[in-house]
Amino acid sequence: MKFSRSMVLVSNDPDSLRNGALEVYQCFAEKLAEFGLSEEVTLAQITDAGRHDALPLVIVYPEATAYGPVTVKDVGRIVEEHIYKGRVAEELLAPVRELSGRVGWLKARKGASPMEKKIVTRRTGRIDPENIEEYIAEDGYQALAKALSQDRMHVISTLEQSGLQGRGGAGFPTGRKWRFVNATKSAKKFVVCNADESEPGTFKDRVILEGDPHSIIEALTIAAYCVGADEGYIYVRGEYQLAQHRLEKAIIQAREVGLLGKNILGSSFSFNIHVHSGAGAYVCGEETALLESIEGKRGEPRARPPYPTTHGLWGKPTLVNNVETLANVPPILLNGAEWYRSFGTPSSPGTKTYTLLGNLNFRGLIEVPMGITLREVISIYGQGMKDGATFKLAQTGGSSGSIIPASLQDTPLDFESFRKAGVSLGSGALLICDENTCTLDLAITLMKFFKAESCGKCTPCRVGTERALRLLTAISKGEGKLQDLETLTLIAEEMEIASNCGLGQTAAVPIRDTLKYFRAEIEAHIRLGVCPVGVCEMSAEAQMA
Amino acid sequence: MLTVTENKNLAQIVEAAVEKHGARPDAFIPILLEINHDYGYIPAEAIRLARKLLHQPEEHVLVSEGQLFGLASFYHMLHTEKTGRHVVQFCESAPCHVQGGRELWKAVQQTLQLQAGETDPEDRFTLKTVSCLGICGVGPVMLVDDDLYGNVTPDQLANIFAKYE
Repeated sequence: MKFSRSMVLVSNDPDSLRNGALEVYQCFAEKLAEFGLSEEVTLAQITDAGRHDALPLVIVYPEATAYGPVTVKDVGRIVEEHIYKGRVAEELLAPVRELSGRVGWLKARKGASPMEKKIVTRRTGRIDPENIEEYIAEDGYQALAKALSQDRMHVISTLEQSGLQGRGGAGFPTGRKWRFVNATKSAKKFVVCNADESEPGTFKDRVILEGDPHSIIEALTIAAYCVGADEGYIYVRGEYQLAQHRLEKAIIQAREVGLLGKNILGSSFSFNIHVHSGAGAYVCGEETALLESIEGKRGEPRARPPYPTTHGLWGKPTLVNNVETLANVPPILLNGAEWYRSFGTPSSPGTKTYTLLGNLNFRGLIEVPMGITLREVISIYGQGMKDGATFKLAQTGGSSGSIIPASLQDTPLDFESFRKAGVSLGSGALLICDENTCTLDLAITLMKFFKAESCGKCTPCRVGTERALRLLTAISKGEGKLQDLETLTLIAEEMEIASNCGLGQTAAVPIRDTLKYFRAEIEAHIRLGVCPVGVCEMSAEAQMA
Repeated sequence: MLTVTENKNLAQIVEAAVEKHGARPDAFIPILLEINHDYGYIPAEAIRLARKLLHQPEEHVLVSEGQLFGLASFYHMLHTEKTGRHVVQFCESAPCHVQGGRELWKAVQQTLQLQAGETDPEDRFTLKTVSCLGICGVGPVMLVDDDLYGNVTPDQLANIFAKYE
C-alpha cells in the first residue's frame, strides 16, 4: 500500500448508490488526476458510513470532514478547496450529528487539527532527560509553582473541568479521584505513580519516563500537594532499567534545587519520592496488587472495596495514577481546562498515546487527539499495511483489550464510543493484524499469557485460563468438538463475573470477541479439520478424518 | 552473568543487598532482585540468610522464610533454580507473535535444541519465555542476558548465539 497524505472515502451502500455514489466516486478519480493528486491521495469506497442521512457521504481524512449529500457538481469544489488548498468547504458539510457510537464526525471531534498533537510527549526526544535545566527551560516545574500558589481545591477543580480521564485503561475521571483522597481525614497519605506498564504491546509510559522523567516528578508532587500526602512511590516495572535510572537521577537533581524535599519552593509543603522496582509480574499493574508488592508481598490483588483512596498503602489513603495521566496534569494547570478541552471529543477530551504494532509499514508511538478511527491509524499514521496485505482485525489495549474486526474500523477511538460499541480502549496498544493471522492462533497466544500471569489467588481465573487454553489448543489441532465452543462461552462468562480483579475479568475477552466476530473461522478448525489461514498445525489424526 | 558458587560469597552478596536497600518491608523485593542479579539465582540458603537480617521484631519488621520464598517464586524476574551461564528470554506476547515471532520461536527451539524452561547439559544456555518487554516497535524481540535483539529473523540466530560461550 502506498503512503498517502490524505484519504477520500465515498459511501457505496445501496442508498448511496441510488443517489449517484458511483458517479461521485468516478468524478473524484478524474478531478484528483486533473489536479495531479492521484499519487498522494487515496480514494476508496466504504460500504457502511454509519449514518443514513445525507447520502452519498464523502469523508476526507485526516481531517475527518464529512460532506453530504454530495453530487457530481460538488466534487470539483471539494477537491480544489479542501484537498488542493487545504480549506474545508463549509457549505457542503453534512449536517452535524451526535456520535453514533460507530463513526467519528468532524464536529463531534473538536479541534480540527487531526495530525499528531503532542502534549505528554512534547519534550521527549527534544530535551536531555538527564538534565533538569533543559526541563526547566521548557516550562518545567512552572505548573508546580502555580499550583503551590493556589488553593488545593482550586487545582482539583481545574482538573475536574478539564475532563481528564485515567489513561491506564479504565478511564476514571482523574479530578474526582483526587477529590476523594483529598476528602479523607488521615495524618498520613501516599501518592503512587503506576509505572508497571506490562500490558503487551504498550510502551507509552516507558517513552515518557525515559524521555521526560521530570514531568512525572513534577506531576506527582502536584498530586501530593493537592491530596495532602508527604510521601510518594513510583512503581516501575523491573524490566525498565533505563527508566528507573533516569527517574532516580531526576529525583536527586530536583532535590538539589529544592523542588523536592523539605519546604518546596519556600512553601510549607514537603514531599519525597521513592522509585520502587517491580520484579516481573503483569498483575502488579492492578493497583491493589501494586500496593501489596510495595509492601513486600506477593502481588495478589486485594478485595475491593475498600478502595485505595481510603485504604491503600499500609492502610492509609492512597492516590494511584498512571504515568500518562500524570503527564497530562502540568500542561492542564499551565494552559487551563478550556485549552485541554479543545482537543479530542466532548466526552473524552485531550490526546491519547497509541502504540502501533503488527503488520504495518510504521510501528511505534503516536500521540493524537481522542476520537481518531482505526482506518486513519492504519492508512495515515501506520502508513498502510505491510506488503500491501489486507487488514483483518485489530486488537486494542493489550492482551485484555478487544478484538475488532475490519467492519468496525470506523469507530472513533475514544472512551465513550468504545463503550457504546462494547469494546475496550485499554492502554492504547493497537495491534493491527493482516489476513495471514489466524484468530484462533492469536487467541491461544493471549490465553497462554493470561495463564502464565494469573496470580492464582482466585479460582475462576486460575482454573478458567488453564481450561480455556486446553480447549483452544485442542481445537487448533483439529481435535475440538462444537460443544467446546459452548463450554468456552460458559468459562468466559464465569471468569468475567466471578474473578477477583481485572485480570480474570478481562482474560476471556479475546474468547468472547473471537467467537462473536470470527466464529466461522473457529468452526472450520472443528468441522473441516483445517485452519483457513494455514497457521495451525493439525494433528495427524485430524488430517486422517 | 556471574556464577559464584562459594557460600562465603553468597553471604557477602546478601549482606551487601540488605545494606544497600535497608531492612524495611518495601525493600524486600529490591533486595531479592539484587541477590538474583549478583548470584544468578536465589538458592534456599540465600533466603535463610536474608531472613536472619530482615526479621527484626523490635523494629516491627516481621518476615518469615516462607514469605521471602513466596516472593522469589511469584515474580518472574527472580529465579529459584540455577540457570545456565546465559539466559535467553524470548518474548511470546501477541505483538511479537504476529510480527514473525511464531516462526522465530520454532527456530530458536531448534537451534538451541531446548524447550522453554530447559537448560542444556553444558550449562551454556537456559531458554525461557517472557511476557512483553515493551519494545514491540522492533518485534520479534529476544533478550540474551542483558543484551537486547530486535527485528530478529531465523537466519540471524546462529550468529547471535555464537557470541555467548
